[in-house]
Amino acid sequence: MEAHAPAAAPPPSPGDAGGLLRAENTTKEFGGLVAVNGVSLEVPRHAIVSLIGPNGAGKTTLFNMLTGLYKPTSGRIFFAGRDITRKRPDVITSLGLARTFQNIRLFGAMSALENVMIGRHSRMRAGLFGSIVRAPWVRREEREVRERAREQLAYVGVRESYFDQLARNLSYGDQRRVEIARALASDPTLLLLDEPTAGMNPRESDALTDFMRKLRDELSLTILLIEHDMRVVMGVSERITVVDHGNKIAEGSPAEVRSNERVIEAYLGRRA
Amino acid sequence: MSELIAQLTEWRTALERVLPWWWPRALALALLAGGALMPFLVSEAGDFMNASVIALAYVVMALGLNIVVGFAGLLDLGYVAFYAFGAYCVGWFGSGFFFRAHVHVLVSKVASTLPGIHLNFLLILLSAVVITSVAGTIIGLPTLRLRGDYIAIVTLAFGEIIGVTAVNGQDIHLGGGMTLTAGNLGIPAVDPPYFPGIGLFSQLDLRPWYWLIYAVMVLVLVVNLRVRDSRLGRAWIALREDEVAAVSMGIPLVRTKLLAYAIGAAFGGMSGAFLGALYTSVNAGQFAFSFSIFVLAMIIVGGLGSIWGAVVGALALSYTNYYLIPDVLNEVPHKFGLNFNLTQLSFGIYGFLLVLVMVLRPQGLLPERRRRLELTEAVASSETMLEESG
Repeated sequence: MEAHAPAAAPPPSPGDAGGLLRAENTTKEFGGLVAVNGVSLEVPRHAIVSLIGPNGAGKTTLFNMLTGLYKPTSGRIFFAGRDITRKRPDVITSLGLARTFQNIRLFGAMSALENVMIGRHSRMRAGLFGSIVRAPWVRREEREVRERAREQLAYVGVRESYFDQLARNLSYGDQRRVEIARALASDPTLLLLDEPTAGMNPRESDALTDFMRKLRDELSLTILLIEHDMRVVMGVSERITVVDHGNKIAEGSPAEVRSNERVIEAYLGRRA
Repeated sequence: MSELIAQLTEWRTALERVLPWWWPRALALALLAGGALMPFLVSEAGDFMNASVIALAYVVMALGLNIVVGFAGLLDLGYVAFYAFGAYCVGWFGSGFFFRAHVHVLVSKVASTLPGIHLNFLLILLSAVVITSVAGTIIGLPTLRLRGDYIAIVTLAFGEIIGVTAVNGQDIHLGGGMTLTAGNLGIPAVDPPYFPGIGLFSQLDLRPWYWLIYAVMVLVLVVNLRVRDSRLGRAWIALREDEVAAVSMGIPLVRTKLLAYAIGAAFGGMSGAFLGALYTSVNAGQFAFSFSIFVLAMIIVGGLGSIWGAVVGALALSYTNYYLIPDVLNEVPHKFGLNFNLTQLSFGIYGFLLVLVMVLRPQGLLPERRRRLELTEAVASSETMLEESG
């Protein structure tokens, strides 16, 4: 983290000062329920950051605010120097932020390949008339996107014979992989993974941990993940943010978080 | 029953192995050519010809509704509204209804001497496309936040509003003694289409009508096929499958949904304008709720989301309704000594046919590739489960 901070004290402008993504005092209320209460979060460029907390702590709600699915009740969110607080999800995606979902949300009746091509939607230009007349550049774009999608599926480790299978017929592990390929298809700079190792055995989790590092290094991605598996969290993250009951209770390196009293209390309960 | 289906599937795969890869394309082209030549084989103003012209207009309707309901998954029960807008385009811009105006653009000599607005039929089609796509966008707006059944209710209400407005339009005065519609009296004496070199279309020779709507249908078919396999078509299906995931992957919800409404409406408007001219009058009584259901039934029978299914479903139901029941089988009950005509039972026959299709072939006559995969694979997996347990 320190390596990325500028030497001189940066001006407190709503820019790219601290990191790629910055949430400032974001709050989300549903009726009377405060799901996220003034949480601030900073994700430095090229880092892997984890967001952890017990069930119902508000992690996914925070994710949904970052990606534009929910509008925050208050607070502001900056991405790559731009205020994205009330932007639509598709606009945020086109700015370079992509995500996966906790309970995989692939388009079940579309093939694995088509799912990844959908991920490319925001980078494509073909409109209604171009598609109707099948202009040469539209054909070329379509062909290139298809080719890229194949490469991306291969990159995440989906076997070629599954490319044209309907997404809902793929195995759980392959569905997870397709979902990551779909997110990568939009050329993101920041990837949000919502419990990527849910339902995986230790060996698969380890493979995914390695894969996250590979993504970060090869595609120069920044990764923010929600994770429950502490082995993965402690192994992969450079920085951890802990939330509980909608409040941020700790932040820091894995070692710092591990020894934090409030974190232990949130996970294990108060000492008798 | 399941054995029969299994046998048929087996033959089908065997057949597909023998035939070259381009056979579906060749088959489609052969069918299209056959359709274009059909008028030479039947009498030029007979019942079959009449039914064929109407059937093609319904194919265009079904292809339009298929975009909204089949592709984008927006259950639209107010499709009749676009039929009404299209038909009124002919009433307004192709008759003496607005008798204070004198506008003539590329029309026959007879029409150019008459009062009112008289535009060439292609311009009327164009105006129908513009007006209905705007109307489609307007109906789309309030449904953007809704899903499933709620969209059905809003669109149903929209269809009813347009229908009732058409009936009561004779009391909406535009000044100079002109009204918005002629209500149930109908706007009479609508200009038949006229093209320089071809002349006026006549009710005594339906072949030009047939070729005109056939050309429109082919155009609409090509647009459907191309859009389905495009960025936009994929986006519709993604929205239908999972709206939250789709917008998170960068699909603009409002734009994409409204495009589906607008394109679907435009096709309905084209077909409506054609039917208005064919029936020679525009009567508010035509725009009933049952029309929306009729077109919806076509695409469901054909296979929701399937383009060729919409074509087959529309042909099957319109020929049944406009030819088979009134012309071919109408007298059958009399032969058995029963004192009624089959037309009196047409709704009962329909209901029976729909139930039959839904029981025997719930995916429709020519299901969309995705749905076919889903259903056949579901069957396969249930069979393996049986094997494992047995």
